[in-house]
Amino acid sequence: MARTKIYVPRETAAVSVGADEVALAIAQVAKKTGTDIELIRNGSWGASWLEPLVEVEVDGARIAYANVSASDVQGLFEADLPNGGEHERRLGPTIEIPYLINQDRWTFWRCGLIDPLSIEDFELHQGFKALTKAFREGSDAVLDAVMASGLRGRGGAGFPTGIKWRTVADAPGEQKYIACNADEGDSGTFSDRILMESDPMGLIESMAIAGFAVGASKGYIYLRSEYPLTHSILSRAIATARDAGWLGDSIKDSGFDFDIELHLGAGSYVCGEETAMLESLEGKKGIVRFKPPLPAHEGLFGKPTVVNNVVTLASVANIVNMGGERYAGMGVDRSKGTLAFQLAGNIKRGGLVEKSFGITLRELIDDFGGGTASGRPIKAVQVGGPLGAYIPVEQLDTPLDYEAFVDIGAMVGHGGIVVFDDTANMAELARFAMEFCAIESCGKCTPCRIGSTRGVEVVDRMIAGDQREDNYDLLVELCDTMEDASLCAMGGMTPYPVRSVLKYFAEDFASS
Amino acid sequence: MARIDQETTSEIVAEYGSKPEMLVQVLQTIVGRFGWIPDETIRQLAEELNLSRADVHGVVEYYHDFRTAEPGEHIVKICQAEACQAMGSRKLTDYAQKILAMSLHDTENDVTLEPVYCLGNCACAPAVMINGKTHGRVDETRFNALLDDMRGSD
Repeated sequence: MARTKIYVPRETAAVSVGADEVALAIAQVAKKTGTDIELIRNGSWGASWLEPLVEVEVDGARIAYANVSASDVQGLFEADLPNGGEHERRLGPTIEIPYLINQDRWTFWRCGLIDPLSIEDFELHQGFKALTKAFREGSDAVLDAVMASGLRGRGGAGFPTGIKWRTVADAPGEQKYIACNADEGDSGTFSDRILMESDPMGLIESMAIAGFAVGASKGYIYLRSEYPLTHSILSRAIATARDAGWLGDSIKDSGFDFDIELHLGAGSYVCGEETAMLESLEGKKGIVRFKPPLPAHEGLFGKPTVVNNVVTLASVANIVNMGGERYAGMGVDRSKGTLAFQLAGNIKRGGLVEKSFGITLRELIDDFGGGTASGRPIKAVQVGGPLGAYIPVEQLDTPLDYEAFVDIGAMVGHGGIVVFDDTANMAELARFAMEFCAIESCGKCTPCRIGSTRGVEVVDRMIAGDQREDNYDLLVELCDTMEDASLCAMGGMTPYPVRSVLKYFAEDFASS
Repeated sequence: MARIDQETTSEIVAEYGSKPEMLVQVLQTIVGRFGWIPDETIRQLAEELNLSRADVHGVVEYYHDFRTAEPGEHIVKICQAEACQAMGSRKLTDYAQKILAMSLHDTENDVTLEPVYCLGNCACAPAVMINGKTHGRVDETRFNALLDDMRGSD
């Protein structure tokens, strides 16, 4: 009889709620009971609210058990876990979990499914098929597919990826680079992390495709230091891919050289801004550069560089496999394809939901998220990280679409959705927006460096009831200055959450 | 934690090919192993990487991760970002400061308590990192249990 496969995620959210202890307990009980199992540490399906999500493969189908703790394991074996036995933790077949089957998985389809560190498993699930196809069809075919897909930068700025790649491909110069931005610092976002922990070779393959398309022989991944488990998984995946000949000189005799260097950040939020990231990759302070020149012309070490977020890059393999038109067929208007939304904060069913653009916030929060974790009414939803506006309940029917969000003074950003219940004090959150900017400002431009500190003081006076109306006007003026005159989005968009609080939740200043 | 010696500093610099553009990686490796960067190490790095002391000092000062004072044996970070705030991280932080009898950024006895802005565990908030491991869904009871585990592993 074949060994029973049992899957326990090795992914930060799962591990943060006890997955390692569960894996250890399963190994111990299996040994004690003489059960022949193969324990696979897969990535996560992204349904963080179900973690630790243990699966057992029975007759080729995976049966899920949710929120398993180490103390459940003995009982699970007594209930015949290896044969998918009944137990209060048993959810049923993984492929029938509504949270998962109602998604449009394009970029994250291998996440949870495979062993992220097994190159055999990766190749069994179409791994390196797109890179091989790219070698066969040539770089122009890749550039055309990316252009046709309508893919835009998933890091938050939403710049068309095809145009960026074409610019780098056309830029003169022998040495070009791919710089993958894995400095996922926005609160409420974790899609880059889930992808890198659950399908790291998918990112590696897509980076190689990007290098092939634009003529770059070297890629860098700039990973934030707050993700130590990601670092361990990703560095092993890079080494494995290199050993298998999928990175290095003349990959699979294609004549194309490409390798990846993994760099760690050091706790600076602003290093997620592309030019600050390039400075940091060069070993310097993460201080924002003036643009132009664009990184596509003069990027890392002054060379033409594609700077893309993890999810942007990882979306490309399937675009090459299935064609750009197929991707462009999903989504709405100028927001083509899918976005990995992340449900976070005060939400019952938090996790990753990859869905075509056009779904409304309310559908995501109610249908997928199940409302607040506390069961209390929603007060506000922050979309797009600390620089995103706080959206009031009245606007929850806004479709997730880059332009529709701009129209309401908000932004989709990296797709992080943080829910607050009615106990939230929005004046405190406006203060926090300014305080965070003061802590994280790189200091290069005055509106951001000084404006944020003055912003905290003005908000404090408003909260204290000191000349509230005059200070209101002053805060609006300060927001104007920061927005118009800051060098990058840090100072330029910190006013977004602040203004949204002034506009929709001004009464919270009085009640503080 | 220990204090890095001259020889180990040179070894780490060599590991990164003695390239000045690897300064952030060199410093991150030192902090990962020793927890902090003493003043004499800044001088040595400047010399070995052919940078000015001001360059190295500037980089060390710029990044939150690069401590210039020796931390406690245990480093406890509590997430202060919005998603964790939505799940009560402010109260948890108050509680932590009370039972550890210290403020954020302080080192007392064997513990350094620090704020962190997002651990990427926003669907399992509030999140805490203890000695490099992230924990989710941390309430006061669980925080106490984590501290017990932390001290138990001494």
